[in-house]
Amino acid sequence: MNLKRMWAVLVSRNYEFLRDRAAFGWNFLFPFLIVAGFALVFGNDNRAQFKVGVFPVAPETAVESLELPDRFKETLYLDLIYFDSFDQALDRLSHHKIDILIKNSSRPWQYWISDTSPKGYVAEKIFRESTVPLEAFDELLRKEAITTVQIRYIDWLFPGILGMNMMFSALYGVGFVIVRYRKNGVLKRLKATPVTALEYLTAQMLSRVFLILFTVVIVWVGCDLIFDFHTQGSVFDAVVVFAMGGIALSSMGLLIAARGTSEEVANGLINFISWPMMFLSEVWFSLEGAPGWIQTIAGFLPLTRMLSAIREILNDGATLAQVGPDLLFLGVVSLACLLAASWLFSWTK
Amino acid sequence: MLLEIKGLVKRYKDVTAVDGISFSIKEGSCFGLLGQNGAGKTTTVEMIEDIITPTEGTILFKGKPRDRDFREKIGIQFQHTELLAFLTVNDTLRTFARFYKNPLPVEEVSRLCLLDSIGRQMNDRISGGQKQRLLLGLALINDPDLLFLDEPSTGLDPLARQHMWKIIRGVKEQGKSIVLTTHSMEEAQILCDDIIIMDKGRIIAQGSPGTLIEQHCHDDGEPRNLETVFLNLTGRHLRA
Repeated sequence: MNLKRMWAVLVSRNYEFLRDRAAFGWNFLFPFLIVAGFALVFGNDNRAQFKVGVFPVAPETAVESLELPDRFKETLYLDLIYFDSFDQALDRLSHHKIDILIKNSSRPWQYWISDTSPKGYVAEKIFRESTVPLEAFDELLRKEAITTVQIRYIDWLFPGILGMNMMFSALYGVGFVIVRYRKNGVLKRLKATPVTALEYLTAQMLSRVFLILFTVVIVWVGCDLIFDFHTQGSVFDAVVVFAMGGIALSSMGLLIAARGTSEEVANGLINFISWPMMFLSEVWFSLEGAPGWIQTIAGFLPLTRMLSAIREILNDGATLAQVGPDLLFLGVVSLACLLAASWLFSWTK
Repeated sequence: MLLEIKGLVKRYKDVTAVDGISFSIKEGSCFGLLGQNGAGKTTTVEMIEDIITPTEGTILFKGKPRDRDFREKIGIQFQHTELLAFLTVNDTLRTFARFYKNPLPVEEVSRLCLLDSIGRQMNDRISGGQKQRLLLGLALINDPDLLFLDEPSTGLDPLARQHMWKIIRGVKEQGKSIVLTTHSMEEAQILCDDIIIMDKGRIIAQGSPGTLIEQHCHDDGEPRNLETVFLNLTGRHLRA
């Protein structure tokens, strides 16, 4: 490996990226837009969990004046939706737009649920429990409350958004570009120089990792100013994990682009790899409770390991040593993909 | 001999692109490969350049098989090369200079190829002629012993072509060797010391321009030049 040649390729690739203002701008704007969008939709962690239809009730009626059990009216995380007529309310229930429908009247309270709705099932339990005096549970139950550090959805989601952006940047920014260079003869010209495949691919990978980290830091600082993230662990440790994840994902991009001149095939391969990672790597939601075989598959995906390590650091305060197995996994994937890509690499069509 | 090529063959499945050709190139000479489209010129040159692997045959550079150092000693101007869009002309020259152990100063190559005035322009903003000059500059940046030029003057206006030939002559005067692939018989006649004419993957004629004209031009009033030689040898009808 000749470092001077590798550095020359790396610098020229960085120039290209930094001067391509459209691509450069989009790399920063996209994560901002995604995070802002999700913060808008899911940002309120006190949002209602169940939608309760009540009829007949005129709009603007105060909750206190409803003829429902007092304890039900005081229950948190319920969104009470008023309807003038039963038919209108029943239509909403049958379309799962509300979880339970209750008649606003004195005892016995009458209610309707859809027997195919899991949320309706739980809402019914809540409603029935609220009709029993609280003292009735005293001999049956004992409550032990704990105090935890609140992890907001946005704190949990943000590393996932950054990770997803990194994944697409690494796979498309490396894989797609190399296939295009092979197709239009840029790689053929480089083959005529002393640059080796390993030097070229290492430069491409490091250039992408540099740009990914640059983007991550800028987007992080920008989003932190807006959302004021709560972090428990070292931000530096998280950046180290991002770097390792970037190397692993870029190396996968190199392997995809090791041969071939068809951008369509490269696009298909990248989709084949990126979509499962997007859904199985806990970018948007946790896989807790998913079937074991899905969790096993997810455990072999680099994005899963990177996000798991970053969330452990940021949300739970873990150290680099504690996420060592994830870092080792990412290192092994990086080395295996880089060596395989160098071995398979073709400069020409 | 600088280059010795013996029994060179390239097959692609059922097609034999180059069919057992042998020739040698003297140090300090300009060697031309002529032939119709699809005659096997570019395949031959790319095998010598080590861009594609021969099916059979031997290629010796200065009496030895080519090694990793071979690429330090050659310069190549391909016919079709895209350049990195967001690099300037100077960036591109500097990048390529860093690939070699003993490159020429970028300023010297820039001056030689008349690139000074467009040094800060992006590669995708320069004209066809300027791009040809930049590609020649990249081929010269490592001060090569052997320069491969594939259709160097294609698409150039007469003035730009004259300038390109002047540069090539200058390179030759420095004692460097040149392998020139061209469709321009005028270019070959002006620049080349030795020529091979290829047809269907084989060599059908070989010699200096003067010798070829002497051997293959008839005394029936036809012009005595390489174009006549070429047409007499390869036929006057377009092939499918």
